[in-house]
Amino acid sequence: MSILEVQNLSKKFGGLTANQDVSMTVEKNSITAVIGPNGAGKTTFFNMITGVYQPTSGIILLENEKLNGLKPHVVCQRGISRTFQNIRLFNEMTVLENVMVGMHTHLKAGLFGILFNLPTTRKEELATEIKAYQLLEYVGLDSFLNEKACNLSYGAQRRLEIARAIAASPKILLLDEPAAGMNPKETKELTQLIKKMRDEFNLTVLLIEHDMKLVMEISEQIFVLDHGEKIAEGKPEDIRNNPKVIEAYLGSGAVHAG
Amino acid sequence: MKALWKKYKQNKLAQGIFLLIYIGVTSLSLFLAQKSVTAFLLLLASLLLLYFTSFKNLTKWLIAGVVLVFLLPFTASNGDGYQSYMEVATLVGIYISMALGLNIVVGMAGLLDLGFIAFFAVGAYTYGIFATAQANNFMPFGHFPLSGESFWIFILLGCFVAALFGVLLGIPVLRVKGDYLAIVTLGFGEIIRIIFNNLDRPLNITNGAMGLSSVTPPRLFGMDFIYPSQFYYVVLVILIFTIFTVLRFEHSKIGRSWKAVRENEIAAQAMGVPLVKTKLMAFAIGASFSGMMGVVFAAKQAFVDPTSFTLLESITILVMVILGGMGSVPGVILGAAVMTILNLQVLTEVTNWLNQLSTSGAISIPDALSPSKMQRMIFGLLLILFALYRPQGLLPARNRKYNEKALQKGSKGAAGETIPEQSPIEKAQEV
Repeated sequence: MSILEVQNLSKKFGGLTANQDVSMTVEKNSITAVIGPNGAGKTTFFNMITGVYQPTSGIILLENEKLNGLKPHVVCQRGISRTFQNIRLFNEMTVLENVMVGMHTHLKAGLFGILFNLPTTRKEELATEIKAYQLLEYVGLDSFLNEKACNLSYGAQRRLEIARAIAASPKILLLDEPAAGMNPKETKELTQLIKKMRDEFNLTVLLIEHDMKLVMEISEQIFVLDHGEKIAEGKPEDIRNNPKVIEAYLGSGAVHAG
Repeated sequence: MKALWKKYKQNKLAQGIFLLIYIGVTSLSLFLAQKSVTAFLLLLASLLLLYFTSFKNLTKWLIAGVVLVFLLPFTASNGDGYQSYMEVATLVGIYISMALGLNIVVGMAGLLDLGFIAFFAVGAYTYGIFATAQANNFMPFGHFPLSGESFWIFILLGCFVAALFGVLLGIPVLRVKGDYLAIVTLGFGEIIRIIFNNLDRPLNITNGAMGLSSVTPPRLFGMDFIYPSQFYYVVLVILIFTIFTVLRFEHSKIGRSWKAVRENEIAAQAMGVPLVKTKLMAFAIGASFSGMMGVVFAAKQAFVDPTSFTLLESITILVMVILGGMGSVPGVILGAAVMTILNLQVLTEVTNWLNQLSTSGAISIPDALSPSKMQRMIFGLLLILFALYRPQGLLPARNRKYNEKALQKGSKGAAGETIPEQSPIEKAQEV
């Protein structure tokens, strides 16, 4: 069953075409990768799905509902949350608070409740703290709960971003180069984490990644973009042996890798 | 020495005794002295001392309440300077409230606002127009000035009108960011002032540059509020409400979303924080504090004119926030208090003292160099020094510390529902 469907999506920035007629179907509960050389339009593609950019033409459907024209925060409410290529944490806030912001859409407290500290608001706040803490435990950051986010190591910041994205209880999680800048050990842990999250939170994961080892290991479906256009799609084995992909991106070494 | 200090920091009893002696000595000297600014300031400083004790929050609030409600007015009432002290204390309260409002906009939501005084003006004119005969000029029905009892409703009204202006200003202004936002808000602040200055034609609503005079004093149970010592209590009540509100909001969903927007707009949006609504709420809530105090200000001065709402006032409030520590509630309170007292008490006292010296012929200081004239220069110097050596402000903003033990316990209790217990990653992390 497909959860996300994109039809003929195009984005032009003035004379520059960042995406041209990209269509893809993402299966529910799958791990799907979008790969391609730098400047192929992968992040633009993510930005269109999450509402940061409006597509020039084309349709985005989440469970058959149109996402075009929605503001980013509404897209998040609909069930798509994401991480960023260049980490965007709330640096001066604590690790725990970062995750708590992720739950924003699920909190019902109103002005009145907050002002008078009503029991329901208090209860909700406590539950939020506990759930945020559990998520920190999940990604292994629970001992840093009161630390400022900017003081974490690079790999830890990446994990915190994932925890924050998960906190929104999304249907689809978009990861933009989650393994960038990680060492092999961290990448391995991340691979396990993504798989585990998919299973335990019943997620669909869509990721952009340059680390082919990670991509080939976890993805069930791969889409390849080049110069804004989709040049191939299929299972990892197919992609690895696709001459077009090898020419544009992988290089001939990839055929023998892994 | 250090060991002694450490011991003191751990010993609540020692802190209590010291605080008690301090308050006792300062309040006694304020009580006995005819006019002693030093004693007055030192008694106020006891609140700072109280802030640094390790008592429970409730205890601190109670002690502060006793000092402010009973001790300060009572001990000051014995000397000649009673009303002038209360005047200063009232103004301090007004400025603290405004600084706390601006702190929400600038410190928490990160939106630099250089026209904040506009909301104060809106509050002041809201009461000023209807509490003088002015409203007769454009309101054919009704009898103006309204009676002093209406003041209490006008506090609420000022709050809402200012919040409304905050939203109205916010809608166009929030399309721009950063430096541009600062310039646009500056423009808005000036526009409001100039409108009030010119709204005497074609329909005389604000009486223009002449201002509105003899504003009806507030009245409660047949008693007219005329003296600063009476307004002191009005301001105190609003101030406590303001502090209470700010603290509540700061550690709530809304406070977190303000800070998230300040830290990273794109990420905040991606996490479901509605940008426009969050910013508007910051503007509206910040403005509402100003609006309330504007009403009080109009009643206290019994006179409203546009010269009280210049750009310089906006900047003074901004300086209070920066001096105290952006985003830090105790810091902003301290910053506003220090700035106001420095402005109203210390500089004028030093000027008086120097004047006395020059009249007695000891030294001769040209009038142009008197400290009260150099106020702006002194504030400017202060700002430069702070920017260089303590950019975080007097009491820097601190994040709330969450209790790890309690959360662990809560997490165990609620485990197994949504989130599986064991972590996929080894707990030992390298950082």
